[in-house]
Amino acid sequence: MATVTFDKATRIYPGTDKPAVDALDLAIEDGEFLVLVGPSGCGKSTSLRMLAGLEEVDGGAIRIGDRDVTHMPPKDRDIAMVFQNYALYPHMTVADNMGFALKIAGVSKDEIRRRVGDAAKLLDLTEYLDRKPKALSGGQRQRVAMGRAIVREPQVFLMDEPLSNLDAKLRVSTRTQIASLQRRLGITTVYVTHDQVEAMTMGDRVAVLNAGLLQQVDSPLGLYDKPSNVFVAGFIGSPAMNIATFDVKDGRATLGNADVAIPASIAAKVAEEGSDTVVLGFRPESLTPASSEETGGIPVLVDVVEELGSDAYVYGRPAGPAAEEQADRLRSDQIIARVEPRNAPQKGEKINFTVRQGSEHFFSVKTGERLEP
Amino acid sequence: MTAAIPTPALQEELATVEPATITGRTRKRLTSRWASLFALVIAVLWTIPTFGLLLTSLRPEMDIRTSGWWTWFSDPQLTLANYDEVLYGGTSLSTYFVNSIVITIPSVVIPVSIACLASYAFAWMKFPMRDTLFVAVFALQIVPLQVALIPLLRLFVDADLNGTFWPLWISHTIFALPLAIFLLHNFFREVPGELMEAARVDGAGHVTIFLRIMLPLVTPAIAAFAIFQFLWVWNDLLVAITMATGAQEIQPLTARLAELSGSRGSTWHLLSAGAFVSIVVPVIVFVFLQRYFVRGLLAGSVKG
Repeated sequence: MATVTFDKATRIYPGTDKPAVDALDLAIEDGEFLVLVGPSGCGKSTSLRMLAGLEEVDGGAIRIGDRDVTHMPPKDRDIAMVFQNYALYPHMTVADNMGFALKIAGVSKDEIRRRVGDAAKLLDLTEYLDRKPKALSGGQRQRVAMGRAIVREPQVFLMDEPLSNLDAKLRVSTRTQIASLQRRLGITTVYVTHDQVEAMTMGDRVAVLNAGLLQQVDSPLGLYDKPSNVFVAGFIGSPAMNIATFDVKDGRATLGNADVAIPASIAAKVAEEGSDTVVLGFRPESLTPASSEETGGIPVLVDVVEELGSDAYVYGRPAGPAAEEQADRLRSDQIIARVEPRNAPQKGEKINFTVRQGSEHFFSVKTGERLEP
Repeated sequence: MTAAIPTPALQEELATVEPATITGRTRKRLTSRWASLFALVIAVLWTIPTFGLLLTSLRPEMDIRTSGWWTWFSDPQLTLANYDEVLYGGTSLSTYFVNSIVITIPSVVIPVSIACLASYAFAWMKFPMRDTLFVAVFALQIVPLQVALIPLLRLFVDADLNGTFWPLWISHTIFALPLAIFLLHNFFREVPGELMEAARVDGAGHVTIFLRIMLPLVTPAIAAFAIFQFLWVWNDLLVAITMATGAQEIQPLTARLAELSGSRGSTWHLLSAGAFVSIVVPVIVFVFLQRYFVRGLLAGSVKG
């Protein structure tokens, strides 16, 4: 068990100027489950591989506990890794796969058998121990890959999108299994995924990366409630947050005929920046249908209705008199709103949505940073 | 597979239908009776000389000297005397047979071992000038071995190695290496990089990865190359007569067989029997190792 610290860790791939991971500062607590999430090419996998020792570190340092492992080979780091495609040794049985690391480390045969047996029991693999990987299903292979990491009893688990090759249903059940397993074993875990639902459901804390830069580290709820910039706001949450640029005038933010009251402190901060616009974000659940007479709403033409049973989401586009300007200023193609599942509108209907007071997120137009009221 | 098996009636009907695709039409043409007959005729024509050789080897010496093997059908007479003479008689091929084995086994094992190590290094280790060096090694393939024979022989004579097996072992190794390294490199390269990384995280160094992960995975490729190299060395005459000239005690079977039918040969009735003795070993090797040609060992390592 150990903490993991990235201290301005940087990786620049040969032949490029732009760092794949740029001065990453991240402190991971002992026993914590930290998820690295971001769009593809954001440097999350590279960060993990730097920690694993599979990627060189061009600047800064990485520490596991008190040990500086920056330039140590992988085998001296006391880590175990689960790969996206599992990377099981095809010529070895499941038991040999799981015991390989122990065998290299010179652990006695009885001890290997005991530990492999324990891990197999934990993962429900006991009856498959003598099989080769090719005789296993995708889910079983995934569990063998987990087992190979568990028998090591390492200081840190590294997981590189371990669920991305499973089908949707298995992914959801395996997700909770891995999370509960990690809580039970209490081993510090760094988990990489591009799926923000996975990130939100599994992690104690989630680190959001984009273009090699760490955007924000916080608990899943913290990220959802207080995204520190426009990128995090747009990335976290499913369906995504609606984000648009509004004009600021007389203590109100307006876009066409849409009109939202803003706190005085926000207006002051916008003015301080020397700007007269603000980026305003509102989550699908912050939109409430209003009667058509009510002013300040956004008229939306419904394109698609997603009915999930527990929720229903409306995907639409602005349809008021200023529709063109509103569509231009919107960061995404659509406006998404959550509506009553038993009372969902029909395709082609026009609904007037208002933003629930106090649930808006404000971001600076210039820096993209969050503006706190 | 759950493809329905057509009933005989349906099969007949299907036979009259022209398949829509090119491959379908080709397949149909190839499975027709005429095609089968044609293939059979080719097979028989190709086998007749070998059959004639076999028959000759079993005929008495006088018959061989006076008539062709086809006359056996009118005057059937068989004997194992030729084989007896070849293996245990005065011209005793058995010594040469042993020589062939002594030459061939190291000439397969040495280049294959070196090529495995080199291919692993070229495929998975980082060192300066790696790619240049790899191209240089493969470029050696361009040099015809006939060009190298005499200079090599002079070196061996200078080193006082002639008359031993070393010149043969070393030259066969030299001639095999460029192609061996090139071929095996491609197979080593095909092993997924994640396996290497998984092994490194598991605590394996290069030696462990090479022995425990790579070698088992590329065994089919190594076996395939080893078989080709074996056949090449076993059937080689040029290198043998160059490197073993005048040294009877190290000559392989091929050299001796050439002498049997050559200018000084007075015992060429033994040639066919000798040839069959020489064929036996390659056939055994091929039959027992051919299963290594079967691919698919990699299935199941990574997704899929």
